[in-house]
Amino acid sequence: MKYLLLQYANEKALMDLPKEEAGRMHGAYMAYIEAMKKAGVLLGNSGLRPTSEATTVRAPGGKQSVLNGPFAETKEQLGGYFLVEVTDLDAALSWAARCPAVQLGAAVEVRPVWT
Amino acid sequence: MDVAKTAEAVARASYGKLVAILAARTRDVAGAEDALSEAFAAALADWPQSGIPRAPEAWLLTVARRKLIDAARRRRSGAEAAPTLALLADELEGADSEAGIPDERLRLMFACAHPAIDPVVSAPLILQAVLGFDAAAIASAFLVAPSTMSQRLVRAKSRIRQAGIPFLVPERGELAERLQAVLEAIYAIYAEGWSDPAGTQARTRGLAVEGIWLGRLVASLLPQEAEALGLLALMLHAEARREARRDAQGEFVPLDAQDPTRWNAALIDEAEALLLSASRLGAPGRFQLEAAVQSAHAARRFAGETDWAAIVELYDALLALTGSVVAAINRAVALAAHLGGPSGAAEGLAALDALRDDPQLAGYQPYWAARAALLARTGAAQAAAEAYRRAIGLESDPAVRRFLQAELARA
Repeated sequence: MKYLLLQYANEKALMDLPKEEAGRMHGAYMAYIEAMKKAGVLLGNSGLRPTSEATTVRAPGGKQSVLNGPFAETKEQLGGYFLVEVTDLDAALSWAARCPAVQLGAAVEVRPVWT
Repeated sequence: MDVAKTAEAVARASYGKLVAILAARTRDVAGAEDALSEAFAAALADWPQSGIPRAPEAWLLTVARRKLIDAARRRRSGAEAAPTLALLADELEGADSEAGIPDERLRLMFACAHPAIDPVVSAPLILQAVLGFDAAAIASAFLVAPSTMSQRLVRAKSRIRQAGIPFLVPERGELAERLQAVLEAIYAIYAEGWSDPAGTQARTRGLAVEGIWLGRLVASLLPQEAEALGLLALMLHAEARREARRDAQGEFVPLDAQDPTRWNAALIDEAEALLLSASRLGAPGRFQLEAAVQSAHAARRFAGETDWAAIVELYDALLALTGSVVAAINRAVALAAHLGGPSGAAEGLAALDALRDDPQLAGYQPYWAARAALLARTGAAQAAAEAYRRAIGLESDPAVRRFLQAELARA
């Protein structure tokens, strides 16, 4: 089964981490990704640049508009994703729980992928 | 006296006892739980007016039985309902005094851990049926989706009813084997709580306490079963070290660096007494061996050092008994500590290498942490660093992750 792990965190809190803590967080992410690769479950992943760099296209009432900024202003922003292939939801949840940002209050949404 | 508090206290202490009695003959655990929750609601409405009854458990039991009868009448019609109703009416006759309520929780636990029930569900089922945990809390504790957990619990309960799983304490010949499944379920509950020593994760809060409570219950109801005593000893030994596993800053402290004066002496003494009683029964087993390993570690508080030779022997016995890869990993680490120095570490690594083909190890943090520490001691810095990174990536506890990152920086 394929699942997309979507990480939602307060991007400001992550960017404001003290230097030492930020370094440790980076190392933890590298290790997390490496562990998923070595376990043969990771199909793809990316971190996203901040929502301040987002541009949103929509067409209210059929009239197309392009706006600076994210689709929605929220406390937590989509900051990255991991696409994994595992046996079942239980396994996907155990990988989600290991995501380093969870300790900083991030939420990881686990979504099955249409196949 | 506060009625809500009394009701809550009775609920806490009596929940499993009442579910066990209500479900014993119909084997309808879900029906018993529903009837009991209606009885608790009735108590909250009735007791503030008419006062708390002299025998609250008996009061709840009588009300719950009436609710069961109502439910059976609603569900089925005429002849179909007759046998169930007769059964229930018969029970209602024997009006209960508090002293007359038998303790059937052990039977309920044997039903929950019956071989016809998927072993994965036994621990959650015991949490729900004996302790009254709701499915959402259990799902969080075991890191399973709430809808999945509800489904598994519902399925397990209908299996108990439909497959006719008896509410019985097995006969002597079968008892040891069937008891092992009950004890394993209790240990699974404890282990979920143990992995969160700081108690910071709401999802596992209190599970260690609940595991020990169940362990005490089984040990008190089956005092002649050595493994029941062994499991309780094991959990108490582990619990004795809870505080010492974190320093004042909340950082992880591994066993060999813990200050024995921070261990809970009363819990260790109780565990030692239990282990002694167990050994006198002359029926060794997995939980007694694991408790004996804990006991050997605890002896450091007097001896000042650890008897690694004894620990290796205990793991040898455990490995021979269970063939478990977890026991094999622990044995390798103990062997390295016993032999000492880089050559000891190399021996330990050789033992770990023998396990390498086990597919479970790709996701098993303790294997990589053990491997990393032994590699570091042999001076294989690069391989050690790689193993540390695997362990860090597999860890979900932030304090342990920080500890491993510090070890990685030193390797």
